[in-house]
Amino acid sequence: MEMQQFYYDNKIVKKFLYACIIFGVVGMLVGLILAIMFLFPNLTDGISFLSFGRLRPLHTNAVIFAFVGNAIFAGVYYSMQRLLKTRMYSDLLSNINFWGWQLIIVAAAITLPLGYSTSKEYAELEWPIDIAIALIWMVFGINMIMTILKRRERHIYVAIWFYIATFVTVAILHIFNSLELPVSGLKSYSVYAGVQDALVQWWYGHNAVAFFLTTPFLGLMYYFVPKVANRPVYSYRLSIIHFWSLIFIYIWAGPHHLLYTALPDWAQNLGVVFSVMLIAPSWGGMINGLLTLRGVWDKVRTDAVLKFFVVAITGYGMATFEGPMLSLKNVNAIAHFTDWIIAHVHVGALAWNGFMTFGMIYWLIPRMTKTKLYSEKLANFHFWIGTLGIILYALPLYVAGFTQASMWKQFNPDGTLVYGNFLETVTQIMPMYWMRAIGGTLYVAGLLVLVYNVIKTVAAGSKVEDELAEAPALAVISSKRMKGEKWHSWLERRPIQFTVLSLVAILIGGIIQIIPTIVVKSNIPTIASVKPYTPMELEGRDLYIREGCVGCHSQMIRPFRSEVERYGEYSKGGEYVYDHPFLWGSKRTGPDLHRVGAKYNDNWHFNHMWDPQSTSPGSIMPGYKWMYDNKPMDYSLIEKKMEVMVTLGVPYTEEDIKNARKSIDEQGALIEKNLHADPDFVKSYEESKKNAATRGEEFVPMKDREITALIAYLQRLGTDIKVKETVQNK
Amino acid sequence: MDTIVGIEIYPIISLSIFFLFFVLLLVWVFSYSKETINELGDIPLKEDN
Repeated sequence: MEMQQFYYDNKIVKKFLYACIIFGVVGMLVGLILAIMFLFPNLTDGISFLSFGRLRPLHTNAVIFAFVGNAIFAGVYYSMQRLLKTRMYSDLLSNINFWGWQLIIVAAAITLPLGYSTSKEYAELEWPIDIAIALIWMVFGINMIMTILKRRERHIYVAIWFYIATFVTVAILHIFNSLELPVSGLKSYSVYAGVQDALVQWWYGHNAVAFFLTTPFLGLMYYFVPKVANRPVYSYRLSIIHFWSLIFIYIWAGPHHLLYTALPDWAQNLGVVFSVMLIAPSWGGMINGLLTLRGVWDKVRTDAVLKFFVVAITGYGMATFEGPMLSLKNVNAIAHFTDWIIAHVHVGALAWNGFMTFGMIYWLIPRMTKTKLYSEKLANFHFWIGTLGIILYALPLYVAGFTQASMWKQFNPDGTLVYGNFLETVTQIMPMYWMRAIGGTLYVAGLLVLVYNVIKTVAAGSKVEDELAEAPALAVISSKRMKGEKWHSWLERRPIQFTVLSLVAILIGGIIQIIPTIVVKSNIPTIASVKPYTPMELEGRDLYIREGCVGCHSQMIRPFRSEVERYGEYSKGGEYVYDHPFLWGSKRTGPDLHRVGAKYNDNWHFNHMWDPQSTSPGSIMPGYKWMYDNKPMDYSLIEKKMEVMVTLGVPYTEEDIKNARKSIDEQGALIEKNLHADPDFVKSYEESKKNAATRGEEFVPMKDREITALIAYLQRLGTDIKVKETVQNK
Repeated sequence: MDTIVGIEIYPIISLSIFFLFFVLLLVWVFSYSKETINELGDIPLKEDN
């Protein structure tokens, strides 16, 4: 058999590794800033592009797509070439993949702090960037599939099936969840509304966890752990079963983010059942990973890389047990909207994704620079400080979650809430937020130690060169030899059919859950009194989205006695039919806002948004002073916005659209009139008029400023339905 | 589709497909010879870097 010589592309791996490390530092530092903002809420007072609500999506997007994303590409490009004994199909596509991805990250870093956001979690990037993501992802997929077709190793090893499933599923998820109608260059509305948007969002969101944070890393685990331990995977049979059951079951788990919400019961129950079933394949993967080390556990004692892998896989096992537990409705009733969920996320992210990546980096960099790691001691130190960081991050937040959930639910014997003021539940968990910030600091410190170690290693090593390899081309097998071969090995030689089958497997769950929710009208009972937002309220809603309020406030009152007592009537699906996108939220750092309308007067909101601590002592909410600036709110897009809404099914009439500016002016004037009820407001308002005159600035009346639109929106929330009070006759 | 009446046929069909698929998968997985399985598991260890 004639040997063919070729070179593995190491340069592309190096590029992705460096990008991974740099953006890891950036993304985690933003996370640390957020953690510190919990403790010092006025840290960036007055600076709109550094406020919590705008930085939160920057953190999530950076750590998921920039840190983990680049790690995925680095590991996939490295392992795929060697498992298939071929160079990547196209250097051009490899580089487009790399540079395109980094450009997307830069676009995110610019647009998110400026408030250009869809508000949908892990999908906040607006529509032009969504298109770019789809294109670059396609480039990645084509490069990958063509490489498989060019291979010199006949069997497609399990790691590569995970990469194929990743590519196919992320493409579907991203495209369907990002379906949005543009209003302008950087603003769009989701084609889905309310309950449907929630379901599609969490079909996407949970499967972003499954197919971006899990499956590629399982693929990397199946390559790197055997490589580093120099042992074959524990059970190849198990890996086959593990693969198919994981990708099939995972898709259905999305509704576990929506338990006890207005999502129809049948969808919630499917989410619960499949989430619990998911323990089996997830732990199959964990078992396979850990037991690969049987016989070589003594190596873990001395090898920092294996230490990272062991904690990573263990963390994966923990998170994939905790997740199904959190999917049980009774557990979820306690955990949802609390810091328990944040703890859960970070165990998975810091241990599984972070540590798997660090192990991979510590193994790859010395090999590619043909030298030893600069300091094994520092790598071990990183391991220990990182592990400690994970523990100090997660444990305090578990306690915070339990504490806050219990406090929310406590009743006095006379039926009133013990902690009627939401703030009391926040003040109680401040010490836990301090500890979490310390935990995060330790974790980041570990990463900085990695950066130092890597720099010193690269400095001492040789320039990264492509690696020479040789292997015979794939021979054509005579059909006689293929007689009686098993179905899966037949499939393993046919990557296209394999891809199509994986696609079918992952589509089933989505189709079964999503199509009935969209098509069957009875799933979201119509409420006659629910009307579309007025033009000013629509604009105010867009301000709410811009500032990322959904990151700390929910708009979904669950059908629990304690929530009804605290927030008002529980939320009905029919109330959200005009909400493009939905704003149910995932976390209550602050109280639920679904029925905040008419709860406080306009002055309260005016004072609260300027300086939350003035109306609510002890509040950790930052102020939004830039919304009060002496400049008119930009209403130039309101007609376009309403037209897009009409296309999406919201029943604005042509007259409504024609009258939009007039309606805005009237509604604004009414709010401004209400504000005059407060003599303090009148005094400072008159003063600011004088100041503007002195400065030679044109004075913009309060009705035309951004804050008025936001107040209009807040005052509308939850007022569409009126619950009749019935008097019980004893 | 205006109501959800009769919807149960769809999850039943999908459960049947799911069940059948995994039964067949298990049958196939356990019919693989030990020698071949070991070969497949050794793939990442085979290459010379």
